[in-house]
Amino acid sequence: MITCPHCGPRASSEFTHRGEAPDRPGPAQVSPEAWREYLYTRDNAAGPVTEEWFHVSGCRRFLVVERDSRTNEVTSVRDRSG
Amino acid sequence: MSRRLPPRDGEVIDRSQTVTFTWNGARHSGYVGDTIASALAADGVSIFSRSLKYRRRRGIVTAGFLDPNLMVQVGDEPNVRAGHRLVEEGMQVSAQNAWPSLNVDAKSASRLISRFLSPGFYYKTFIKPRMLWPVYQRVLRRFGYGGTLSVDSARRRYDHRFAHPDVVVAGGGPAGMAAAIAAADTGASVMLVEEEHHLGGHLRWGDEADLAALRRLRTRVEQAPGIEVLTDSVVAGRYDHNWVAILQRSHPQVTERMIKARAKVLVVAAGTVERPYVFEGNDLPGVLLSTGVLRLLKLHAVLPGERAVVFSANASGDAAAADLESAGAAVTLVDARIGGGITAAKGRGRVRRVVLADGTEVEADLLVTATGWTTPTALLNMAGSRPVYSQRAARFLPGDLPSDVMVAGGVCGDGERDDIIEHGTAVGDEAGRRALRTRSNWRAAGATGGAPPTDVSEPSATPILEPGDHPELYRSTTHGLVDFSEDVGSKDLVAAVTEGYDTIELSKRYTTATMGPLQGKLEVGNTVAVVASATGRSIAETGTTTWRPPYAPVSLGALAGRNHEPVRHSPLQAWHVRNGARPLIAGQWIRPDRYGDPADEVRNVRSNVGIIDVTPLGKIDLRGPDVPTLLEFVYTNRWQKLAVGSVRYGVMCTEDGVVFDDGVVGRLGDSRWLMTTTSGGAGRVWNWLDDWIQARGWDVRMTAVTDGYASINVAGPRSRELLERLTDIELAPEAFGYMEVRLGAVAGVAGCVVWRIGFTGELSYEVHIPAGFAMAVWEALIEAGTDLGVAPFGIEAQRIMRLEKGHFIVGQDTDGLTRGLTAGLDWAIKLDKPDFSGKPELAWQFERGGYPRLVAIQPENPAVVPEEASQIIEGTDIIGRITSSRWSPTLERGICLGQVAASHAAAGTVVTVRLRDGSEARARVMEHHAHFDPDGERLRG
Repeated sequence: MITCPHCGPRASSEFTHRGEAPDRPGPAQVSPEAWREYLYTRDNAAGPVTEEWFHVSGCRRFLVVERDSRTNEVTSVRDRSG
Repeated sequence: MSRRLPPRDGEVIDRSQTVTFTWNGARHSGYVGDTIASALAADGVSIFSRSLKYRRRRGIVTAGFLDPNLMVQVGDEPNVRAGHRLVEEGMQVSAQNAWPSLNVDAKSASRLISRFLSPGFYYKTFIKPRMLWPVYQRVLRRFGYGGTLSVDSARRRYDHRFAHPDVVVAGGGPAGMAAAIAAADTGASVMLVEEEHHLGGHLRWGDEADLAALRRLRTRVEQAPGIEVLTDSVVAGRYDHNWVAILQRSHPQVTERMIKARAKVLVVAAGTVERPYVFEGNDLPGVLLSTGVLRLLKLHAVLPGERAVVFSANASGDAAAADLESAGAAVTLVDARIGGGITAAKGRGRVRRVVLADGTEVEADLLVTATGWTTPTALLNMAGSRPVYSQRAARFLPGDLPSDVMVAGGVCGDGERDDIIEHGTAVGDEAGRRALRTRSNWRAAGATGGAPPTDVSEPSATPILEPGDHPELYRSTTHGLVDFSEDVGSKDLVAAVTEGYDTIELSKRYTTATMGPLQGKLEVGNTVAVVASATGRSIAETGTTTWRPPYAPVSLGALAGRNHEPVRHSPLQAWHVRNGARPLIAGQWIRPDRYGDPADEVRNVRSNVGIIDVTPLGKIDLRGPDVPTLLEFVYTNRWQKLAVGSVRYGVMCTEDGVVFDDGVVGRLGDSRWLMTTTSGGAGRVWNWLDDWIQARGWDVRMTAVTDGYASINVAGPRSRELLERLTDIELAPEAFGYMEVRLGAVAGVAGCVVWRIGFTGELSYEVHIPAGFAMAVWEALIEAGTDLGVAPFGIEAQRIMRLEKGHFIVGQDTDGLTRGLTAGLDWAIKLDKPDFSGKPELAWQFERGGYPRLVAIQPENPAVVPEEASQIIEGTDIIGRITSSRWSPTLERGICLGQVAASHAAAGTVVTVRLRDGSEARARVMEHHAHFDPDGERLRG
């Protein structure tokens, strides 16, 4: 279950899981290694994880969620746009 | 010879209603309320199946759902649990996997080779010679214990249901009923789920006082508002945040219904499961568990034997002994608590005598064991709790639990009936309170749209029920069966440990103990004990296996539910059907593939005029000052200067440079654009745009209008002539050029968007009409164009024409690795833009070069039309593939698009295409993608 800040507590099946969203490097000076880190490499920690979810079947807002990947306990949810 | 006893209080059979049925062809009768097994047992049947490997005769053990020996075929339904399924008039029941019959089983010859059927024998045998594998398969298949399936079975109904109960109580015994009542008293809504056909648990076969307490509890459950009772139903799984799957088998119209329930609190009141004792001969027919005997005696008034030995370590065994005596059996009680023991059951085909620990032999036709219990911690394990072994209680008990899962009754402790009811009441009360608190937290979170609900106040302490002492009795001094379903004995587990499979998980998998239809419910306790003893570790150190969902068998039908298949079609669908269109299923869309011969349709479009329904085309309405910025970022080409009234083609790449969609965008006004996408990509692009708009905070309002507009493409040299008759929009080429857009009315329908684009390569106008009025426009076109030769054309004809023009299709001619330059989009990729999605990877692709190319290919033999995905080979290397391929009616030859390695991409290169039949065809790489009219003269007319 995820408590969407706009829609309230909803089943996670209403959302798409986007996963970790690392900061996007500026494309002008970036090296291929750094760019591909951004594209493909993820921390995938066992424990607290900060990740994006998209409320595709609801308000269609992108959300930033803090979740414990071992217990699936969701500790915070906020709209990605602040 | 009938073993039916006189009527007794608490029996569940209705003696006024007889039921007749057959068992292996022979007629039997029972009463309404009998299970198949109890009715047959009443009639004196004692053999119900043959065991898996050793083909040993098997009889009743528990007489309930978890009886390993009672899997039978009922009509066309295999694997029915005869200890649970109620008899019905006319049922045809037969044994499974016994051939030719239960009594004479040809496969029992395997007993003679049993020494070669040691655990893991299938890892060591049936491997060589390989050419005998089909023989091995045929032989081994006969040894499975599944029943038979019929493809002609009548369809059954399945369904899903969604529920949001405050409290789900798993288990309808005394603790569960008490918990449900108490929770309902707090005002919570309750679902009380019980596997058996009636509530009551072990009270049902108790004494008078138990039956009286049961009646009181049942009445209170019935009278409490807010308790939904589901019998013959089971909580099969518990997932994150108490998402609970309940399988309901008692629905009058639905064979099996899965209830997906979000429970605020789950109370597990699952009681305990009785464990068999391991000793020589423990699987002989006539060896039963005490609960099996009590079930038969008290619920069904069936006497399972006349001369009984009862090996008892607890009150259940004592009750069985007492009840057998009062039913008229001669009973010898062997009390484990004062040092009594048994070492073997002997007899051919059934129990005839029992060997006691002191060596005495007692004649008996019934041996009852009551040596202990296993806690069904499944739902708790699924909630993350690890069970903890208690030596004093001789069983595993629940460990720590999250605050939304609670336990009540025998699953966590022991006590007299009133203690159990008291505990259930206390737990139910606390569960109700926690559920109501959660309910108000959720409401608050939804209303304010603020922070997620935290458990605002600490839940009260969970009421405790202490476990009692029980002797640790797992195996006698002899060896016997541990897993009846899998024919795994304690000797096999010891052998596995000797071979090095010395942890519980390894020995389980190697021997398959606990992996049968009961999934360990009857077997895990003894399995763990034998492995522990063989490894010299304690049971606590050895641990137990993991219980995983589903807890009970679930049919595929229940998983699927009702058949909901969304279908999308354009408002013109009825016309297509009436006019003989063959449907094409494209994702969720039904589209007209062809109305007759696609080649004729192509010829008509290229000579006269055709119309095609392209409504599934993705359409997105974009408004706001930042739209050009958005377009500039998501497309590879330039958009800042697109004038009002102009249309431009664009390609979208993801940030890895891979082509993921294409389409045209028209600027309809200062601040209004209409974007199109591929029909399959509409949803993906919609989400993609939303992502960037939100991430960058651009001032763009976006509306998906794929269904809002129907889209018709009018194509062919006479398309202008036709459309002119139906619109006031000025269509003269000087007024309305190629790649331009106008707004206006068509066939009297205002608000249409018309643009000139050219997927088919002909002069064409794509008309987007407010969907509700589309039929009027379509029919007007058909009527107005009769003299011009107007005819509808379908998707297949369109695919041929676009291929003739070399227009690639994303996902057909490109794949998940095709970056922009590979698709030949050099002209559309503006690497001098400061930033756009995919730029870095495209820049590196450009720098490095050497990438594969999408090219047009023509087989040298014009009659050859290679299949799509045919490989392009060079010696033994695969250097490319055909991505699109058709017979061209315009050019009267086969034409293709394909991807080839850079080394072979130059115009004029001859490549080799491997056809399906293994032959090879020579083909030539063409200069342009377009096979026909490469300069696009027909388009721009």
